[in-house]
Amino acid sequence: MTRPHRRGVAGFCAAILLAFGLSGCGVNDVPRQDEQVKAAWSEVLNQYQRRTDLIPNLVATVKGYATQERTVLTEVTQARARATQMTIPSDIISNPQAFHEFEQNQARVGNALGRLLAVSERYPDLKSNENFLALQSQLEGTENRIAVARRDYIDAVQTYNTTLRTIPSRWVAAILYPDAKVKQTFTISEQAQQAPKVQF
Amino acid sequence: MQRIFLRSIICGLACLLLVAQGTPAAPVFPPLTGRVVDDAGILSPGTQSNITALLAQEEKRTGNQIVVATLKSLQGYGIEQYGYQLGRAWGIGQKGKNNGALIIVVPGMHDVRIEVGYGLEGELTDAQSKIIIDEFMLPAFRHGDYDAGVTAGTQAVIKVLGGAALQPSAENAPDRERSSGSGIPWFLIVILIWIVFGRFLWPLLFLGGGSRSFGGGGLGGGFGGGGFGGGGFSGGGGSFGGGGASGSW
Repeated sequence: MTRPHRRGVAGFCAAILLAFGLSGCGVNDVPRQDEQVKAAWSEVLNQYQRRTDLIPNLVATVKGYATQERTVLTEVTQARARATQMTIPSDIISNPQAFHEFEQNQARVGNALGRLLAVSERYPDLKSNENFLALQSQLEGTENRIAVARRDYIDAVQTYNTTLRTIPSRWVAAILYPDAKVKQTFTISEQAQQAPKVQF
Repeated sequence: MQRIFLRSIICGLACLLLVAQGTPAAPVFPPLTGRVVDDAGILSPGTQSNITALLAQEEKRTGNQIVVATLKSLQGYGIEQYGYQLGRAWGIGQKGKNNGALIIVVPGMHDVRIEVGYGLEGELTDAQSKIIIDEFMLPAFRHGDYDAGVTAGTQAVIKVLGGAALQPSAENAPDRERSSGSGIPWFLIVILIWIVFGRFLWPLLFLGGGSRSFGGGGLGGGFGGGGFGGGGFSGGGGSFGGGGASGSW
């Protein structure tokens, strides 16, 4: 075996070792975690949409029993309209402004719904209405799903942002994924968003 | 010189460990010991084996994996927060299908919850779960009768998953009587079948494992592999997203 030939073999082995070593130390971390964040975000959107879909039915049911609560009912309808009218840009999770607007709109819907459920307490007929009870438990379940989806999203973003910001993965990202941007996370607390618990 | 080198290696390893543990704090979960995990110690051995048989039957028939868990405490978490994490940690339900459900009772907090895996949310809806809790479980729990409440709740969950949607309020009272009335002989039949077939089949399955008794707690079919591997019961890797309902008494 000649000397240059041997060097070529050694070089090849080194390249393979380097490739394995790099995949071990996280060359693929950024795209993999990016996908996880996207998946978690679509789950968040999905659950907020689910809540939005419940509202018309809920408003119609409450209206049948509590016509004098017009203010609260309008508030819910308006908050919903505002949230659905917002065009969600495709880069929302790395766009602080759009993200904040989305969050605020949803918080408004949550608060209005909380007030609606609170005033419903005053109407015994409404409270024993089958349809209302079913809607109420669906709404509670959906709020809980939203909370879970938000927590999963926050975890995914935390992992992703940590990768982008800490050494050595930060260097890997800077060289291989210069377009990767830190993602936005929820700032309004879950408590402030959640409908108040109704106790019987 | 060598000592410094060693120290820096140890330091590096410690850093790695810290990074690995840098995930957010999660509650501590009891081990998944079977289809009924009576951590709070509120269920009689008879109820435990009845429910285990019922749930094993359900899994065999439909693939749905249901687990009953009674807990001593929620470690400061809300039952909704704790429940889905427990389901994920145990991996109840088949991976990909996510067809698992948990019935969680916390007697110390007077809290109960039906936690529904992603795949079962269509049949065992939030509204149905709420009806099961309000009308099958809470009345018995208010009298401190956990055995009856958990049994009725489990039966109702299986019934709903079978496609029989429940109607809220009054209509259920006679229905409940009927189902619990016919439930007892049915339980006995299941157990009888278990014992009879068990006598023949269990020794075959555990040829290598030597003699193994099959009393109450150990009656869990292994999941995923489809066999009775090791005699233990384990989750199939299903996931949860907060579906279901809660109640308190």
